[in-house]
Amino acid sequence: MIIGCPKEVFKGENRVALTPESAKQLQKLGYICLLEAGAGNNANFSDKDYKNAGVKVVKNSSELWKQSNIILKVRGPEKSELSKIKLNHHIISFIWPNQNKALLEALKKKKVTAQAMDMIPRISRAQKMDALSSMANIAGYRAIIEAGNQFGRFFTGQITAAGKVPPAKVLVIGAGVAGLAAIGTAQSMGAIVRAFDVRPEVAEQIESMGAEFLMLDFESDGTGEGGYAKPASKEFIKKEMELFRKQAPEIDIVITTALIPGMPAPKLWPKEMVELMKPGSVIVDLAAEQGGNCEVTVPNKIIETKNKVKVIGFTDLPSRMATQSSSLYSTNIRHMVDDLTPKKDGIPFTNMDDDVIRGATVLHDGKITFPPPKPKIVAIAKHDTKKIKEKSPEEIAQDEINAEKKAGKLQFLLLTIGALLTWFIGYYAPSDFMQHFIVFILSCFVGYQVIWNVSHSLHTPLMAVTNAISSIVIIGALLQMRTENDIVSILALISIFIATINIVGGFMVTKRMLSMFQRS
Amino acid sequence: MTIGLLTASYITSSVLFILALGGLSNQEKAKRAVWYGIVGMAIAVFATIYGNQVFFTEWLNWLIAAILVGSIIGAIVAIKVQMTGMPQLVAALHSFVGLAAVFIGINSAMLPHSDMNSTQYMIHNVEVFIGVFIGAITFTGSIVAFGKLSELITGKALILPGRHLLNLVMLFSCLALGYMFLIDEGNWTLIVMTIIAFVIGAHLVLAIGGADMPVVVSMLNSYSGWAAAATGFMLGNDLLIVTGALVGSSGAILSYIMCKAMNRKFLSVILGGWGDVTGPTMDIEGEMKPIDIDSVAAALNDANKIIIVPGYGMAVAQAQSTVSELTSRLRAKNKEVRFGIHPVAGRLPGHMNVLLAEAKVPYDIVLEMDEINDDFPDTDVVMILGANDIVNPAAQEDPNSPIAGMPVLEVWKAKQVFISKRGQGKGYSGIENPLFFRENSRMVYGDAKKSLDTILQSIN
Repeated sequence: MIIGCPKEVFKGENRVALTPESAKQLQKLGYICLLEAGAGNNANFSDKDYKNAGVKVVKNSSELWKQSNIILKVRGPEKSELSKIKLNHHIISFIWPNQNKALLEALKKKKVTAQAMDMIPRISRAQKMDALSSMANIAGYRAIIEAGNQFGRFFTGQITAAGKVPPAKVLVIGAGVAGLAAIGTAQSMGAIVRAFDVRPEVAEQIESMGAEFLMLDFESDGTGEGGYAKPASKEFIKKEMELFRKQAPEIDIVITTALIPGMPAPKLWPKEMVELMKPGSVIVDLAAEQGGNCEVTVPNKIIETKNKVKVIGFTDLPSRMATQSSSLYSTNIRHMVDDLTPKKDGIPFTNMDDDVIRGATVLHDGKITFPPPKPKIVAIAKHDTKKIKEKSPEEIAQDEINAEKKAGKLQFLLLTIGALLTWFIGYYAPSDFMQHFIVFILSCFVGYQVIWNVSHSLHTPLMAVTNAISSIVIIGALLQMRTENDIVSILALISIFIATINIVGGFMVTKRMLSMFQRS
Repeated sequence: MTIGLLTASYITSSVLFILALGGLSNQEKAKRAVWYGIVGMAIAVFATIYGNQVFFTEWLNWLIAAILVGSIIGAIVAIKVQMTGMPQLVAALHSFVGLAAVFIGINSAMLPHSDMNSTQYMIHNVEVFIGVFIGAITFTGSIVAFGKLSELITGKALILPGRHLLNLVMLFSCLALGYMFLIDEGNWTLIVMTIIAFVIGAHLVLAIGGADMPVVVSMLNSYSGWAAAATGFMLGNDLLIVTGALVGSSGAILSYIMCKAMNRKFLSVILGGWGDVTGPTMDIEGEMKPIDIDSVAAALNDANKIIIVPGYGMAVAQAQSTVSELTSRLRAKNKEVRFGIHPVAGRLPGHMNVLLAEAKVPYDIVLEMDEINDDFPDTDVVMILGANDIVNPAAQEDPNSPIAGMPVLEVWKAKQVFISKRGQGKGYSGIENPLFFRENSRMVYGDAKKSLDTILQSIN
């Protein structure tokens, strides 16, 4: 089948759904790849790069739509593209089915099969195709870069000959993928980073990135389905606002990334907060497209408030890093196609029994298949609330004493049994046996003491050398050599023969091994 | 040579043997200690030959030939053997001790005992019987172990229906034959018992799976010692008793250490098969994510602290010298490279240490599990080479896992884990390994040596 990638028609969209690298991989799955001329230009992939990767470059987009069976895109089909869609086309792109019901209806008429890259279920197996995460990662990084661009100071604190520079203080609200990426970026640029999230269990992730988690003293878990956040209660919001009010005068840069799936962005940074901030501070609102977390945000614009606070409402952050985002997105989409092509024969198979494919497929067989049923696997393991009870030091000490006592009792018991057994043997056995028996028991004890000191790394040489010395049975065979009985002599000879192999082989191989051990 | 001198020689030998084993407490002492063993053995053999005037035997030429040829064969084997083949060699050598003990015991029964009174004769016969029994089990057990380790026979456990009953029946027949032997029914009883003991030895080891081989080899090591000690009792020779007891307790301790490292009861290892699983094991979620060699090389280049965990797979792929080269190159770049060795990694106690030593990996960066387990959280990259069960987090996290409670290397706490593996198969125990499905795990499929060779090219 033929996979085609048209140029994105949305204004300002620089990304491309196919890169030369992903095209190579798709061809390995048995597909032929087409590209509309110039589709990769804005992401710095030239038509020549594509040709070298075996992609056929087609002059205009109508031709491309006509020739291809499968269309890979970044943005969902625009109005201008609808006319180009053929019957039974297969489209893989961002679709946002919840917000674009009309588009779904239009596609349904053409019996389109479509996978929405924004509908990939959040389970571990699907992470390789999770385009939302890869884009969010870029957005988080870029948010800090854009903030830095507008911010009039260093991020890192410095003491120079010309004076002391305090470090920038960054507050990240919402520690999802974008938030964590922003934390990491700001941290690595030297800023002091604080972060807030309604889900208490992300504290560990925030701290692992080097930021301080702003704890809210409130008994509530804001974790919703699929690891996303859910709306918070009124009291919670009140507490939250109090916390922000304390932070606002101190903070230089605020990055807001709070989103609740399928709802407008919560207003976490109202006007009063903006007014509390110092002049020159910057707010980057990553939720601008969904209405913004900040009340004053204007999508796609930088505005400056009366008190000189800049509010950035860009919605195209990933597109501003088109090379990076295209290569990540194309890899996500390539993994999607990979899963759609189990036989690697260049024919896609939309397996509706597969949780991941089912979740992503919004149109199939001329029907709208959105929203999908709940996945069979629980998205992210719920936190196990039952913690194993930690033992106090006293309890541990008590356990140890008890164990000691038990061991002591056991030893006493064993010694008693041993002594009784020895007496029993001594009662019946003649004295010369008992003499040998003493030697035997003492040797066992000596062996026990000696072997425990052997280094673990020398256990193989230990086996080789014990094997060599256990061939001491050769002495028995030697003693049996002087006899009239030929059978005895022959058996003794064989014993001597194999025991000698053992002695020489055992010692030599031990020597060889030991000589290999070298200190650095 | 007087009896006194002979005894003195034996005492010297005993002391030297103890020193030889005691010297293995560290690598540098050990190089000297092995000479104690050699000298001790030489003194014992020559003292016996002179003290008992063995050279008056009619078979003198044969005797000299046996010793000469035996020495040459032993030397050739010792020089030629590959370090990866050590488990097989050790198993093969154990079988020799077992067989020699059988022959000496049978000989002892055939020789006249006119100088003994009835109690002494009785005890002597018990000793002969026990010596031959242990020797016979050691012999066939070791041969089967040898076959399994050198892959001449399948490493899978052979589980016959009613095998415990079978063992019991055989054991009781041996006891019955032993009784008949003691009431002087004739030496044929001893021979029949030997044959049954041969079957027991083979059957015992056949029922034990490949991953339990370290325990089996240690156990056979122990048996060969007890066989020597029993021979000593039979001949009234203290040197044999001392040496046998030393070796016997050594093997027993090794078996104990191995069992502890697998959190299993000695008896359940010996009787074969995995223990009872009490419930369904945890479901594993996620998938194994493969990674290409270049990314592994890049991660190694970026890492500061690296721990390599080798397993049997490294031995199979003969990758130890490539590992060593990789280690020295990474160390040359001032990276901290260390090795984490699980007690039961490989098919022989200490097997990995010997392989790494052969490849000239310095022994002071090769650490035991207990020494290194706390360092994983600070480690950037862990490379796992053909190991599986010994890095399985299910041992700690899933109480229903068959390996629950087994101490394992906590590699999953490291920032990134690369697992070099031939395919998607399970470990020796046949247990799914959740490590492979973790977020920070990446699979490097293919032959360990080839993968490492490719990685080497990007690191210099």
